[in-house]
Order: sequence, then C-alpha cells, then structure tokens
Amino acid sequence: MTNVRLLTGGEAVAQAMRQVDPDVVPVYPITPQTPIIQTFAKFVADGAASTEIVNVESEHSAMSAAIGAALAGGRTMTATSSQGLALMAEVVYIAASMRAPIVMALGNRALSGPINIHCDHSDSMLVRDSGVVQLFAENAQEAYDLMVMAPRIAEDPRVRLPVLVCLDGFTITHSAEPVALLPDEDVARFVGAYDVQNSLLESARPSTHGPFAMPDYYFELRRQQAAALEAALDVLGEVADDFERLSGRWHGALERYRMYDATRALVALGSTAGTIKDVVDELREEGEPVGLVKLVAFRPFPAEALAATLGRCDRVSVLDRADSPGGTPPLRAELAAALYGSDVELAGHVYGLGGRDLHPPDVRALFAGTADPYVGLRGERCPV
Amino acid sequence: MGDLTTWEKLPVGGVVRPEDAPRTLTGGWRTGETPVVDLSRCVNCLLCWLYCPDSAITLAGETFEGFDLDYCKGCGICADVCPVAAIEMVPE
Repeated sequence: MTNVRLLTGGEAVAQAMRQVDPDVVPVYPITPQTPIIQTFAKFVADGAASTEIVNVESEHSAMSAAIGAALAGGRTMTATSSQGLALMAEVVYIAASMRAPIVMALGNRALSGPINIHCDHSDSMLVRDSGVVQLFAENAQEAYDLMVMAPRIAEDPRVRLPVLVCLDGFTITHSAEPVALLPDEDVARFVGAYDVQNSLLESARPSTHGPFAMPDYYFELRRQQAAALEAALDVLGEVADDFERLSGRWHGALERYRMYDATRALVALGSTAGTIKDVVDELREEGEPVGLVKLVAFRPFPAEALAATLGRCDRVSVLDRADSPGGTPPLRAELAAALYGSDVELAGHVYGLGGRDLHPPDVRALFAGTADPYVGLRGERCPV
Repeated sequence: MGDLTTWEKLPVGGVVRPEDAPRTLTGGWRTGETPVVDLSRCVNCLLCWLYCPDSAITLAGETFEGFDLDYCKGCGICADVCPVAAIEMVPE
C-alpha cells in the first residue's frame, strides 16, 4: 500500500533514517540540515527509532564519533551542511581512508564567505576528492529514496566508504512535497543487518585501524580506496535495480530525460533538474530536440555512460552550481574529460551561487546557446 | 620495495591484525641511542619490560633477557625506570 505524505525533504530524510534505524547518529545542527536531525531526534525521543544520538560539540567531532561507531560495529548516520562540512572535511578524508561506511545527508549550502545560508554545491565540491560517494537528489522523494539505498552502497564489501546524500538546501530541505514512504518492514528488510569487518570491539582478535602509512604503503592504500570508489558505480546500479523492485522507482548514476533523439542537452545536478525538465517538456512541444542528463552520482563519476549518451549531441551545456576560481568548474572539467576526442560542442555555465534561482527563461537561453557563462550574474559578461 | 604487499592484497583500509604487526620492523626508526644492559646489576624487577612502549624488552620465561632492536626506538624509558641503573643508553 502506498503511503504518500506531505513532507519537506528534511522530514523525508528523517523518515528514511527512522526506518533504517541506525545504531548511532553523532550530529551537530546547522542550517539547512537542522530539520533533518530535529525531526529524527523527535522520532528517537518518541521511541520510534532505537538510535543513540550523540550530541557532539562540533562537526569535526560528529564525523570522528561516526568513524568510531561505524568501525565498532554500529550502523552510523549523520548530517551536515556548508561550514559544518568544511569543519568536518579533515575527518571526512579519514573516514574514507578507514573505510567507514557512514551515511551522511548533506543539505547543500554555499560556503562562506560572504556568509550565506542558501543553496549551492560548493560544500559538496570541497570534499570532491575525499574518496566519498556523492549522490544528488532532485526532490524530496529522491532524497528519501537515496537515504534508503545509501547504507546498502556504503556497506557493500566492494565499497565500504562513506556515502553523502546531497539535497539542495531550502529548495529540497525545506519545501514540502508529496513523498511516497515505503513500509517500515520493507526498508528494514532492504537494508538488512550491518556486517562490520574487524570490529574495534572484537577484543579476542584485536586490530589496529588507521595505522601510520609511510612512503612504502601510503600509495597502495590510496589506490585501494580509489578502486573501492570506482566499484561503487556497479554497486549503485545493483542497489538501484533492487530498490526499483521494491518501490517502482529507479535511481542509477544518471537519468536521461527525453534524450533519445536529443541534439542539444543540458547536464545538471540536484533540484535544478526539475526546472529543466519542465522547460524540456515545453521545448519538445515546440518541436525542439532537447534533453537533460541529470547526474545522480557525482562520485563515482559515470564518465562512460555520459559519453555514450552525450556523444550523439551537437551541443551540450553543463551547469555548475560551484565555481573554481582561477580554473575550470568541477562538473565542466569532468564533462570535458569524458567527452574528450568527441565532436560535441561543450559549453560551461556557472549558476545559482548562494541560492540564486535559475528561472525557466534562463533554461531556454541555455538551450538556445544565448545564455551568459555566469547565468544570472549582474554586470559585465565573464568567461567561465 | 619489490617484496612489499601490492594494493590489491592489502587488508581493507590498511587494518593491521596482531599476526601482521611483527612484520613492521619499527626499530628502523631508532635514532641516537641504543640500550645496553649490565646483567650483573639487573635484579629482574621487569620494570623495563612493563614500561617499554613497544615490545622491545625480551624475556626468557620470566627472566630479563635483552632487547629486540627490531622494535626499539631508543626512547630510553627502560634506562630511566631501572631502579639499579643496569641499563645505559649508548650513542650509536
């Protein structure tokens, strides 16, 4: 039976956490993530989840506690945003290298400064190379679905890495939408039990985690970590298929929206994909051969699948919601590498920094090839 | 480094189990001084064995035997805690 509720993205993520019922959630509040832990803490207080919530003194401590919990044998989740992730970043790298399968909801928010609380993806891009899986939701439903899928990906023996479920701050975290919740028992069965390897609490067979690695082993351990992230692409596909059998909804590494015969395409992450889909529908009505590739997985990056889909287009415009001052914005750089050697004309655009909206006329201009490199920026036209 | 383990064969996350630890000969880090014992003064109190931060004091049964320099870092704690000054740190 379908249980559709009117929920914000933050509440939907908290519902997924209640159903997964993690053992430990060390967390520190920060806008726009706060509704997630606020809602979840109420579930725990009401006895709807059996989780130990650890009220830590900072995000640095939140991720440190999460590593200990995950390696001791507890299924572990946390959540953060922006400056919280920046403070946590040092430990995010360590969580990945210690192969701690922590699931974290990230309410995407612009990094300071200037200080801002609204959405862009600069916080995600800050930990781009940390070795964690990063999945982006388009709406509250996807945020819920990805949170249910995330433990299976994180804990897979081929992966064993942190998974970040990214949801655009305010646009998703605070906007109420109908969200179809799965039955509690279906989610419990889907995620199964957490099978820890080399538990810290296994005193009969003690183990050292996070040992010093000198020049003789650091390189090998980094390569092992990179291989695990690459393997996450296959695992994501398998988990997406399983999840589809359960829910009827499929969330693989990328979604091709009306791409079959498209000659012009946009590539984007997150909630902006929803706006673009509406404009694609309008333009299709007008006979324009346009389409969208929505990236769900930014790490691991599905370069081959993207090249196969976009290689048939004449022109592709890639939308970055984060800049790389003095260089090439991250998504554009990835696309340029994926499409290297093809005849596709690639245009790069930066948009939406600090929560600036992208409007349907902007999307039309992007498809028409008349949009500025910095979409919606006031002042002189600047190259990206 | 040809005889070292390849990346595919390393334990996930570089986890070290007790059976693997002895392969890392940390005595290679030792700098400066090496412990030398005068066994005629030793009273076998085993304070040095107890205080050694590694496993560099070796015993024969329950009797002090000597030093395992494969793991000794030259910290000098053994010499410092010895109540009868039987251990001396000697420059290498």
